[in-house]
Formats: sequence, structure tokens, C-alpha cells
Amino acid sequence: MTSEAIEAPVTKRAAEPVDTTSITAHQRRKLDRTPASQIVVTGILVIVAVYFLVPLYWVVIAATKTTGALFATNGFWFGGEFALFSNIQQVFTYDGGIFVRWIANSVLYSGVGAVLATYFAAAGGYALAKYEFRGRQLVFGTILGGVLVPGTATALPLFLLFSTMGLTDTYWSVLIPSLVSPFGLFLCRVYASASVDTALLEQARIDGAGELRIFHTIVLRQMTPALVTVFLFQVVGIWNNFFLPLIMLADQKLYPITLGLNNWRAQVDRLPEFYQLTTGGVLVSVIPLVIAIIVLQRFWRGGLTEGSVKG
Amino acid sequence: MSTNTPGFRTSTKATSAQKRAPWILLAPFLALFVLTFIIPIISALFQSFTTVDRQGLFGEDGVVGRFAGFDNYVTALQDAGFTASIGRMLLFGIVQVPVMIIACTILALLLESASARWPGFFRALYFMPYGVPGVIATILWSFLYVPGLSPIVALLQSWGFAPDFLGAGSVLWSIANIVTWTYTGYNMLIIVAQLKSIPGEVYEAAKMDGAGPFQVAWRIQIPLIAPALVLTTVFSIIGTLQLFAEPQILSTVAPAIDTEYTPNYAAYTNAFAFNEYGVASAQAVIIALAAFILSFAFLALTNRPPKNERDQKKRAKRDGLEARRALQTRGTSATGSRPATGVANRSTTTGAAPRLQSDSKGAEA
Repeated sequence: MTSEAIEAPVTKRAAEPVDTTSITAHQRRKLDRTPASQIVVTGILVIVAVYFLVPLYWVVIAATKTTGALFATNGFWFGGEFALFSNIQQVFTYDGGIFVRWIANSVLYSGVGAVLATYFAAAGGYALAKYEFRGRQLVFGTILGGVLVPGTATALPLFLLFSTMGLTDTYWSVLIPSLVSPFGLFLCRVYASASVDTALLEQARIDGAGELRIFHTIVLRQMTPALVTVFLFQVVGIWNNFFLPLIMLADQKLYPITLGLNNWRAQVDRLPEFYQLTTGGVLVSVIPLVIAIIVLQRFWRGGLTEGSVKG
Repeated sequence: MSTNTPGFRTSTKATSAQKRAPWILLAPFLALFVLTFIIPIISALFQSFTTVDRQGLFGEDGVVGRFAGFDNYVTALQDAGFTASIGRMLLFGIVQVPVMIIACTILALLLESASARWPGFFRALYFMPYGVPGVIATILWSFLYVPGLSPIVALLQSWGFAPDFLGAGSVLWSIANIVTWTYTGYNMLIIVAQLKSIPGEVYEAAKMDGAGPFQVAWRIQIPLIAPALVLTTVFSIIGTLQLFAEPQILSTVAPAIDTEYTPNYAAYTNAFAFNEYGVASAQAVIIALAAFILSFAFLALTNRPPKNERDQKKRAKRDGLEARRALQTRGTSATGSRPATGVANRSTTTGAAPRLQSDSKGAEA
């Protein structure tokens, strides 16, 4: 078809006096949508949306039920006594409020971990992008290899290493590995090499600013968009990690929320009341994540273009 | 001026402070990288070639490590459970990765098409599962798989089906469903970002040429988002090889899942249930090698010149000068600067990295 397509339109173009500069591509393309295609496409999107919502809808319903009603009534609709508040209260008070502790641990691991990981990745990425030194390619190549190494492949030997250092079953055992993000450094390098202004750095040097001061006052500010992306990636990565805390931690008090909820779920066979604790706990822990993801969604887009463009 | 040129040596002579600076900046990252990547990888390699002999009847006189050659690798690969788990992951990857990549590409194209209503709303909604930890996603889906608790099973039964989501033959696909649910929206977002970076003139030119929406998708959008598709596929392959949380959690409700269901699960079992660190390390090395080989094989496969370019060369040969002239006039008059023949040219998408700002603005618009 291509050759016809190439020749046909040459005459047609002159007849269309559309001012292409005043309207965006999307607006322009909106002009040629038909009601039929709109109904079909939106219909497909709605059906797919139902698929993504089913588990979350189910847990909202399930968290309002008593254990008995959970099995006796239709899972897709409310039934029995409305027990949401007593379930939630159970979640927060069970075992001396250990649920709150798990949430706090997760906030600590992912908050502290992501802030420091972003800072280290920014410093390293900037150094690799803007300085020329011996071994630069070797360092970058090695770190890039780290992006492809499955996290779980290093977790096992890391456990053995940490156990000889006496670090297992401490906060450090989960926190230290969370401070390193090869992918974050990769993004920072790409971004710094393209957007940090070398002339500005020279100017600062002439004004007598030290190298570290230049990094902290000028470079970090110019890299902010990339830093936000790396930070969010790292928060989600640490928050969702299961394998690392599972092998490192034995003490329940150090568990992040993922491990804690799994611990509750594993007991449902023996003690059915754990169904209510698990569904209630899942609901409470998922709501802030879902809100955060929807609000922060636009920050992922830009950052991912960086990765995908260069990948 | 080119901001890409690194090094201040070119303009001023580097002072000793400037020579030290990159290493000071890199130091914290490198120290942690060595501690959490290099040393574990080296020690895993070392462990994988070592075997431990326990002294005394019950090992009470301590343990002695000795060089074991490839014994651990032989043990690992002769373990029927482990090799079966590798085969299972290959099957899983061959089915789940393409399904997910095709699904997220279609979703991205639909969301970016003119016919989609409320694209921002749907985009956020599809991305949402990415924020739900894999553990919690698995807990939720496991409740939806268990008969008696699951309204889905009840619904299907009332229609006369007898679904068994946790049986030996089906549980692998139940896991695939959880993975697909979690990551489709995330991959879709990468592709949407790449689609948004296609300049409007390209669509304009295609429309002038009389291309319908399907032709635009197939001949313009898909070739141009190829880098994003490669990236998401490579990450999905690595993710597949790492599969652990989903089968481990489902194993309590699905007896078909044994402790060697995935390669990672097998390594975990060997290390923590049997204390066979040598064999476990050998298995971890095999998993990492497999991830490398598959990723590089896929990259090598896709780094050949894109099909359209090869086709175009053939076509240009066949149609001779006439076609070439037509292409040229079209290119220059349609956009002024960007020849339309560059549609399949990857360099148009690989340049211009700092798109963060403009992109996030585009999202608000």
C-alpha cells in the first residue's frame, strides 16, 4: 500500500488551510473522531478498568463484613452486619498495635532509603556525566551491569555476608541494600549530561565555589525533575520489596507492612478471625498507596521517557 | 555549544580539587555498590564452587569448606525440581510477557487515540496496581481464587462452569494473572510517554497521506515506540526469572506449588530449609546468568536495523528514482525540517533526553 499512499495526498494538502501551529496535535486529532469509534474504544477501556478494580473493590466490601458473613454472603456486595469500624479497630489494636509499627517500619525503610539512595545516585550520576577521569567508563559499565542483575540473586549472598557482620535481623539489614539504585544512577547520569549547564559550572568555579558546593547549590537544583522520579521509583521499590526483608528479618517488630500482612494471612487456616485482620489491614495499607500513585502518576511519565529513550 | 562534552580540561586546566571531586561524589554510591553488589556476587561465585564438610557426627566439631569444582552446579542442574522450575519459567515468560506487552501496547494506543474519552482518568486507574505491593496483590487475588470465599468462583459456578484456579495445570496462569494485573499499567505508562514524544507533524503527514487509525498505529506509532517495547520486554524477562513472592504466598492455598516451583524459590529453599548454601549459590548464579543471556539475546535481536528501514531500502531499489523523489518532496513540504521518511528512524526518538519538564506539563494540559 505504501507507494499509493506516498503519491496520493500531494494534491490534497493544498486544499487544507489548517493552521497547525495554533492547536495541539491531540486537539487536531480529536476533530476526526467519530461517535461510533468513541463508544467502542471507551467501552473497551471501561471493561479493562473493571478488571483492574475487581480485587480492590472486593477488599473494600470484604473489610465491612464479619468473618461469618464473608463466607455466607455474596462477595461482590455488602451483607450481614456492617463491621467495618470494628474490623479496622481490631487491625490497629491487635497484638499491642503491631500493625502501626509495621507501617512505621515501611515508612522508615522506604523514606530514609529513598532519600539517601536518590542523593547518592545524583552525586554519582553527575560525577560520571560531567567530569572526565580515568576509569570513568569502567565504573559506569560496572554499575550498568548492576541494573541487569536480578535483585534476588544478590539477596542470598548478601544475607550470608550480613550474617557474618552481625547485621541480619536489624534495621540495617534492610536499609543498607535499599540505599543503592544502579538504575537511579543511570537516570541521573543521562539527565545530568543533557541538562546541567557546563558554562554555569565554569562560572561558579571562576567565582571561587568549591566542587561540592557547586553540586549542592547548582547541580541538585537543575536535576530536580530527575531526582523526583528516582525518589518515587525507589520508594515504590523498597515499599514493595518482599524477598529481602523475608530473608533478613526474623523479629516481627522489624517487619515492613508487606511481611506483616503476609504473616497474618498465613494464619487464616488455623484462626479464621485473621481473615478480618488481613482484609482490614490490606484495605488500610492500600488506600494511601492508591491515592499517592494516582496523584503522583504524572511524575513517572517524564522519568520513564528518560529510561526508555536511552534504553 | 554541546552540553554533552564532559570535562573541564578542555577549557581550563583541571585543578587537583577537580580531579578529586568525581571520586568524592562517587564514593558513597560506590562504597554501597561494592558492599551490596560486587562482594555478594563474588562471594556467590566463590560459594558456588565450595562445598562444606561437617566435622563430627552431627557437625558439632565445626565445618570446613573445600573447593568443589562444578559439583554444586551439577547437583543444581541434576535436581529435577530445579530444572523443571526453569522450564516452567520459560513457559511462563513465553506466554505472559508477550500477552502483557501486547495488552499494554494496545491500551496505550487506545488511550492516545482520538477516540478515547477521559484518557487521564483511565491512565491513572490502570497504573494504580503498580503501587500495590506484589505481596498484597497476591493476597487479594488468592482470596479471589479460593472456592467458598471468591465471588468470581461462585459466579462462574452459577453459570455452570467449574473453575479451578489453584489446580496443578492452572495455578501457573493464576500467577501470570497476578503479574499481569500488577505490571500492565506500569509498562503502559512507559509506552504512553514514548507515544507522547512523537511530534505532531508525523501524524499530520500520515493523515495527509490518507492513513487510517490502524495504519497510523501499525506503521508509525509501533515502529516509533520500539525502544520502549524493548525496554519493557527486557525488564519483564528479568522480572519473570525473579518470580518468588507470588508462588510462595499462593503455596499455602495451592498444593500444586512445591518449594521448587520457581528457580528463585528453589534457591531459597536450598539455602534456608536445607542449609545447602553452595547449591543455592550455584542456583543464584545460574539465575543471574540466565537473566543476562536472555536480556542480551533479546537486545541483540532487536538492535538489527528496524524492519521498516530494511523494507524501505528494498523498496527504494525497486521503485528507483521516482519513488525516492516522491519521498523527498513529501518530506520537505510536509514538515519543513523533518523528512517523513524518518518515521522509522530511531534516532528521532533517541535524541533530546531532557523531556521531563515539557512532558509533565503535557500531562496537565
